[in-house]
Amino acid sequence: MAVLLLAEVTDGALALDATAKAVNAAKTLGDVTVLCAGASAAAAGESAAKIDGVSKVLVAEDPALGHRLAEATAALIVSLAGDYSHIVAPATTDAKNVMPRVAALLDVMVLSDVTGVVDADTFERPIYAGNAIQTVKSKDAKKVITFRTSTFDAAGEGGSAAVEAVSAPGDPGLSEWVEDKVAASDRPELTSAKIVVSGGRGVGSEEDFKIIEALADKLGAAVGASRAAVDSGFAPNDWQVGQTGKVVAPELYVAVGISGAIQHLAGMKDSKIIVAINKDEEAPIFQVADFGLVADLFQAVPELTEKL
Amino acid sequence: MKVLVPVKRVIDYNVKVRVKADGAGVDLANVKMSMNPFDEIAVEEAIRLKEAGTASEVVAVSIGVKQAQETLRTALAMGADRAILVVAADDVHQDIEPLAVAKILAKVVEAEEPGLVLAGKQAIDNDMNATGQMLSALLGWSQATFASELKIEGDSAVVTREVDGGLQTIKVKMPAIVTVDLRLNEPRYASLPNIMKAKKKPLDEKTAADYGVDVSPRLEIVKTTEPAARQAGEIVADVDTLVAKLKEKGIV
Repeated sequence: MAVLLLAEVTDGALALDATAKAVNAAKTLGDVTVLCAGASAAAAGESAAKIDGVSKVLVAEDPALGHRLAEATAALIVSLAGDYSHIVAPATTDAKNVMPRVAALLDVMVLSDVTGVVDADTFERPIYAGNAIQTVKSKDAKKVITFRTSTFDAAGEGGSAAVEAVSAPGDPGLSEWVEDKVAASDRPELTSAKIVVSGGRGVGSEEDFKIIEALADKLGAAVGASRAAVDSGFAPNDWQVGQTGKVVAPELYVAVGISGAIQHLAGMKDSKIIVAINKDEEAPIFQVADFGLVADLFQAVPELTEKL
Repeated sequence: MKVLVPVKRVIDYNVKVRVKADGAGVDLANVKMSMNPFDEIAVEEAIRLKEAGTASEVVAVSIGVKQAQETLRTALAMGADRAILVVAADDVHQDIEPLAVAKILAKVVEAEEPGLVLAGKQAIDNDMNATGQMLSALLGWSQATFASELKIEGDSAVVTREVDGGLQTIKVKMPAIVTVDLRLNEPRYASLPNIMKAKKKPLDEKTAADYGVDVSPRLEIVKTTEPAARQAGEIVADVDTLVAKLKEKGIV
């Protein structure tokens, strides 16, 4: 059995953490071939070749693959699919855009956000915002899977897989890229950070979110936000942690002014240690927190930043 | 331009989900069901396109059990013009997989010839996040997923998408499939007069067999379990204690 793994490549660079976690999840399924696709992807291919457990790297470079537009990327994957029993990717927004399209083109079901591999046909995945875990056995000849990266450790480095170029089927001409609005930040990436500090509606404003950011910077942490905070305009959408945002499982998760709605818990409850700071002692977040502090966040957070 | 909006009947998002004791699935008997929240946003966007004069007709379609007609009536009460119900299951516990749903929708699209399909990005029950992408693949159409802004410009749709790094704007050729994210709009509540009017709007009833689509699942459900519960920890008295506890754990 053989696995084709779509690497996460952004503007020519490999997202190593997400890709290495997917490699680790996939390697029990067979030999892993990593596909790096983009307008430029050679450098990403070189990085992917070093991931432990990768047996081969395919590099596809074409302007049509430049911004991971689903139509061109899915056509590329389908053109390569014949040799593989499993076609997998880390469950990023890019892969969630592409992989169901691949599955439908192959007339198979997709397995989204897989959190556990039972055997080559059987997988675990969360449903109902993580309120239930379903084990499903696929009857399809090929399995198309996205892996929820927060539940897998990253494969190490030290590999030296062969890198091979493949050609792309060309531009179907259905969609074109206009622009990206990406916030530049020196902070670690949210889904791979060791520590995450998140703010909720209780923070009250975009201006006051600075106290969350100050604590995060003191800890070398990424900044997250609840859906309520993002909907209220306190924080940008890419900070959202939860069922429909990012799923994180850091060593330490600090939830500030977050009540703990089910959809938020779905995105962070696998964190190793959870700290909650909230003035409402009845807040459901305290039911999952290892350490809870019932306090006014505007006093407690600056004090914590100072004392750490 | 006609806009087609697929809507799914799911457990209401406020209802606490209970896994059946025998591990056969989630208990859906006698619980409140509603329209999938993402689909409500899609219906709202379609109605706004009609109000702006961009869309000529809004057609809601639902695939599932017969009771999904309540969901379609909700869409009609919000402002959709007519509805199509495709009965594909008898038991509320039988979820029709996104691949089968996409196949039926592809047939509906062939018959209705919409210029745009607006769908929710995922259903809050199976959390698959797949139907829109699959439908787009089967039709060979362009796709724009996770939309937080939608503008129709001539024969293209300009869509701002919520992606991991922030926002991405793409331009897709119509006809297109757009799947919507939470921040696209705030769905309206249906007024009582509109709820009454919706009862008289046309609702066609079909079956999966009418479209020649086999809905048998590709994924066999082996078991459904409760996730591992997390134990509540301790409430600390003050910031100093919290700092001491974190140091004790060696985490800071």
